[in-house]
Amino acid sequence: MLYFSIMIEIKDLHKSYRTGNNSLHVLKGINFTVSEGEMVSIMGSSGSGKSTLLNILGILDEADEGTYHLDGTEIKNLNERVAAKYRNKFLGFIFQSFNLINYKSALDNVAMPLYYQGVNRNVRTEKAMHYLEKVGLANWADHLPNELSGGQKQRVAIARALASDPKVLLADEPTGALDTKTSYEVMELIQGINDEGKTILVVTHEDDIAHMTKRIVNLQDGIILDDSEVKQVRAKDAMKKALAHV
Amino acid sequence: MFNLERWQEIFETIRKNKLRTFLTGLSVASGIFILVILLAIGQGMQNGISSEFENDAANRISVWANVTSEEYKGMNPGRRIQLDNQDYALAEAKNRDKLEYKSGVYSNWGVMTSYKGETGSYRVEGVRGDYQFLENESLVAGRYINQSDLEGYEKVTVLGNRVYQDLFKGKNAIGEYLTMAGVKFKIVGIYTDPGGEREETRMFIPLTTAQRVFNAGDKLRSLVFTLKPEENFEDAVAASEAFSQQLENDLKTRHTVAPTDERAINVNNSLENAKRFYDLMDMIRWFFWGVGICTIIAGVVGVSNIMLIIVKERTKEIGIRKAIGAQPLSIIGMILHESVFVTAIAGFIGLIFGLLLIEFVGPLIETNFISNPSVDFGVAVTTVIILVVAGAVAGFFPAYRASNIKPIVALRDE
Repeated sequence: MLYFSIMIEIKDLHKSYRTGNNSLHVLKGINFTVSEGEMVSIMGSSGSGKSTLLNILGILDEADEGTYHLDGTEIKNLNERVAAKYRNKFLGFIFQSFNLINYKSALDNVAMPLYYQGVNRNVRTEKAMHYLEKVGLANWADHLPNELSGGQKQRVAIARALASDPKVLLADEPTGALDTKTSYEVMELIQGINDEGKTILVVTHEDDIAHMTKRIVNLQDGIILDDSEVKQVRAKDAMKKALAHV
Repeated sequence: MFNLERWQEIFETIRKNKLRTFLTGLSVASGIFILVILLAIGQGMQNGISSEFENDAANRISVWANVTSEEYKGMNPGRRIQLDNQDYALAEAKNRDKLEYKSGVYSNWGVMTSYKGETGSYRVEGVRGDYQFLENESLVAGRYINQSDLEGYEKVTVLGNRVYQDLFKGKNAIGEYLTMAGVKFKIVGIYTDPGGEREETRMFIPLTTAQRVFNAGDKLRSLVFTLKPEENFEDAVAASEAFSQQLENDLKTRHTVAPTDERAINVNNSLENAKRFYDLMDMIRWFFWGVGICTIIAGVVGVSNIMLIIVKERTKEIGIRKAIGAQPLSIIGMILHESVFVTAIAGFIGLIFGLLLIEFVGPLIETNFISNPSVDFGVAVTTVIILVVAGAVAGFFPAYRASNIKPIVALRDE
């Protein structure tokens, strides 16, 4: 496979959390590189540090030690203002609990990152509509999140993550709140986005979801246990298989 | 502030969160409404009390005589003291340059009066020409008692407006004759008194005529004076107190009354009473301002409480906004902009409702102590602005804290 350039590069990353007098060492020296166009899953049991790693990658949290380069830019000692700018420019987030703003329509939710980029209203609406079409929800543009099913909500969240045209898509347990069928549909959509060349990181503890990516990083007790490329299972095929069982 | 995109965002938020907006607005609007009503009632009480003093000249000093209550120079207590023309002449001669208006009064109650079959029983007072100003009266028609009436023992009378309505029912009265205690009097004038009906059910005739008609010799019921105006209120009170004291002493000496006798000679100084009432009024005003300021403080606390709740409620939303690239400053701006907009609109709505209520209901409230409640518009607008600014300042801290929330913390907050 042809990789164009290095998108994420972390070296010797450490992170501890302090609770009272106890210090919990969560990440104990992570080294890891992701190139453009890769689709990587980070696996691990709960407490392995996978969410912490994702938060650091997402500039939502900061490491204690080590370096982190995102698309060639060093992420270090950022103030809130610059962090917000980088998040908006480089990253798109997909959360387990969707995190849509519930008083805004699907269209307005998708348009939100563009608002913070200072894009004017008409262009915003046009772009947001384009991404809603891409996730197959053009007819649901005016609906509020609570009028949508879980799968539809996650699609809106994916459209929102794509709207700012980020370099990297970060998905934290994107199928954690969905049933198998819907999970596969969402993964199919994410795979499609990766096929178009977007770099994607997925945090999951589900083996079948992990195998739908191209590379699995196994985290245990704050260190990388195993990092290997796998043969990607297409979500469409997995779905057929699952349906055949029924 | 004039960022159109921001306004659109805020209008949308407001439209989608009607209940929250309504509750914020309600607390602010009711706070301002209560404040406006309070200030108006305070003003109304001030007006009411002031009008109580319009009955008579504000600096009027009246003297009555009564029975003695103490034994003095061999005379028993219980002796009746009678004022007379001599008392008036002496007081007038001694203080000629200090006095502004002066009059001796001889009055009679329940004098049967009739005009062409209409009859009534009224108080008749024999007075000098100055009495018009001592009673703070103004003429509706004709003239008042004058010096030549006094010198000529003329049988002329000035009617109170109420007496005129009773006897003449709006017909022309000037030049007509009415019968008073069996004597015909020519009507020369009609007066009105700010004290209202009670003060207008009287008739005035020349003092000399009264003493003759009622067979009173040179007796007087009372002496009434005002002093010439002073530079300021304090001086006026001091001068009128000194004059009252001196007058009382002179009268006691002349009528052989014990200097310590409190009952025999009665000098009533309106200015002293007025001072007491003005002090009371000041206290009332301070009280209302105190209550008003407390209301504003309560309003500010209410607004900041609601702001805190709003920020708390929006923690997750703020986390989401930050995760997708909102700057901390834009979060603060969004929350403050919305709250200032809501409080300002609600404040003005409360203000307008308060003003409307006062405008339409105010004139209906006419008791002795509250009249024409009104509020200074400038003061009201200032309080709205203070409330909005204070609300914004109070709201800034929760907003600032919200902007500092780490997105991961906010997003984890289920």
